[in-house]
Amino acid sequence: MTSLLEVQNLTMRFGGLTAVDGLNFKVEKGHIHGLIGPNGAGKTTTFNMISGFYTPSDGKVLLNGEEISGLPMHHVANRGIVRTFQHSTLFGELSVLDNALVGTHMTFRPNIFAAILGLDGAARRNALDRARSSLEFFGLGGLENELAGDLSHGHQRALGMAVAYASRPDLILLDEPFTGMNPEETRQMMELMRRLCAEGTTILLVEHDMQAIMGLCDNITCMSFGKFLAEGGPSEIRNHPDVIEAYLGGARHVA
Amino acid sequence: MRNFLIWAVVAVALIILPNLVSFSQQEVLVFLTINILVVASYRLLTLTGEWSLGHVVIMGVGAYASALVTKELGLWVPLGILVGGASAAFIAFLLSYPLFRMKGFYFLIGSFAAGEIIRLMWKRFRDPFGGAKGIKGIDPMPDFSIGIYQFDFFEPVSYFYFSAVVVALCLWILWRIEKSPVGLTFHAVHWQDKLAQASGVNLRSYRTLAFVIASGFAGIAGALLAHYIGTINPNSFDVEVMVFVLTWAIVGGTGTFYGPILGCIVLTILNEIVLRELGLEQTRPLIYGLILILSILFMPNGLESIVQKFTRRKEAK
Ligand SMILES: Nc1ncnc2c1ncn2[C@@H]1O[C@H](COP(=O)(O)OP(=O)(O)OP(=O)(O)O)[C@@H](O)[C@H]1O
Ligand SMILES: [Mg+2]
Repeated sequence: MTSLLEVQNLTMRFGGLTAVDGLNFKVEKGHIHGLIGPNGAGKTTTFNMISGFYTPSDGKVLLNGEEISGLPMHHVANRGIVRTFQHSTLFGELSVLDNALVGTHMTFRPNIFAAILGLDGAARRNALDRARSSLEFFGLGGLENELAGDLSHGHQRALGMAVAYASRPDLILLDEPFTGMNPEETRQMMELMRRLCAEGTTILLVEHDMQAIMGLCDNITCMSFGKFLAEGGPSEIRNHPDVIEAYLGGARHVA
Repeated sequence: MRNFLIWAVVAVALIILPNLVSFSQQEVLVFLTINILVVASYRLLTLTGEWSLGHVVIMGVGAYASALVTKELGLWVPLGILVGGASAAFIAFLLSYPLFRMKGFYFLIGSFAAGEIIRLMWKRFRDPFGGAKGIKGIDPMPDFSIGIYQFDFFEPVSYFYFSAVVVALCLWILWRIEKSPVGLTFHAVHWQDKLAQASGVNLRSYRTLAFVIASGFAGIAGALLAHYIGTINPNSFDVEVMVFVLTWAIVGGTGTFYGPILGCIVLTILNEIVLRELGLEQTRPLIYGLILILSILFMPNGLESIVQKFTRRKEAK
């Protein structure tokens, strides 16, 4: 059986620096898959290649066995992979509801002629329902008229996910969704991700919060300095000598 | 119902207005009406975050196209005006290929260069563009009657009514676009193109769409102008006019639909009443430059911010 997502020998070079070096892993449909590694390991760069923001220097990204590497980001999105960004990236000047409405773009394609003639009423209502239900799902129901830029940090992270979820993707890439959240918010968000997954959305998750990663993931890939390090379930990864070494080594280095 | 009443009052006011002013002021009203369409269409482009310096030249494309198809091919003037809009939109579509390889400042410069190239072509090719002297004797709008009113296009009042109806229709379409999901996508492309693209938006298509629509309406404005003044030349669409358009937009503010229109009306009134009365007409570019600088310094959000202050306060009560 082919996996939902597979990366083969994925490589990204920036001048002399190889940020991601021959990475291989698979994400199975219906899983929550973790991608971890110390700072600068190349996790965000990997996301950027999968989502089409960067074209890999080498290697492939396969979605359901079909190559998607090199496609521009909006094509990848149209194939069902939607991402969030590590630093809250939102339409800060637009309302929370409008942010979510942009997320419905792929499902309810705007049609300019229908819009001028007022023939797109049904599509607009459906888009609105979809946007509201996405906000509701992430606990932002009461905030739809706020400006996205005025939200608290935790709410901004949640809105980023609501925008992604509004397109009902097959695979959602979350880059450090828990940063800036307090423990209570983190716990709630973990619960939402489990629900999301139960509804059939596959999740690929980059996160430094080990408790969250260990509590959520079916499978974890660990990388360090751009290279594959280890893969396995939470308990395997937790006790894997190379992983411990990579993190402790990193910690010692920082200290 | 309340809205309907307001619009009815506006319509009646616009019907009465030209009868209260002098002949030369009636002419100013016609230009003002056309200029409103120019700035309003310009705003649609700025929704995607791109500022062009070629908008007035694109307007000229509409003017030349409509003048030529009516004069050379004998096309009926109202159809010629539509052809003018379509031609401007088409040229914008072609220009979008080189121009949208650039963004921001580079787009601004690129659009200026593209505009100058078009103007050079008008100057260079006497056939069909008439060279530096341009096109003279452009067909006027044919007179017609709608029963209660006889349109006599020798009179500025008639042309004011005609252009006001055309411009109102165009503004209505621009408004519908802006308030639609397409308009929201334009905003999304402007404020955070990365996230818009990750949400599946084809950035290039939407930038092109805004540019093409804005240009189409600018072309209609240009055609309306051509059939009114009857003669156009490359200098009717030079960068000085573009600076006026920018001034209207910036002084009015581009945050709202009405901002640029407000800027256009206020500055035109200022120009006609104050400058003309004081005999300072010649210094118009200088004074516009001064107004532009002052408003950027002291009113960065434009005249619209003042209006918003008042309407907000009313809502709060
Ligand atoms: N556009 C770029 N140009 C040059 N170097 C880059 C670029 N993007 C990332 N890098 C480098 O690639 C390496 C991997 O960066 P990346 O952001 O992928 O790490 P990360 O695993 O996401 O780290 P973090 O946990 O801190 O977010 C780093 O050394 C970074 O400096
Ligand atoms: Mg990162």
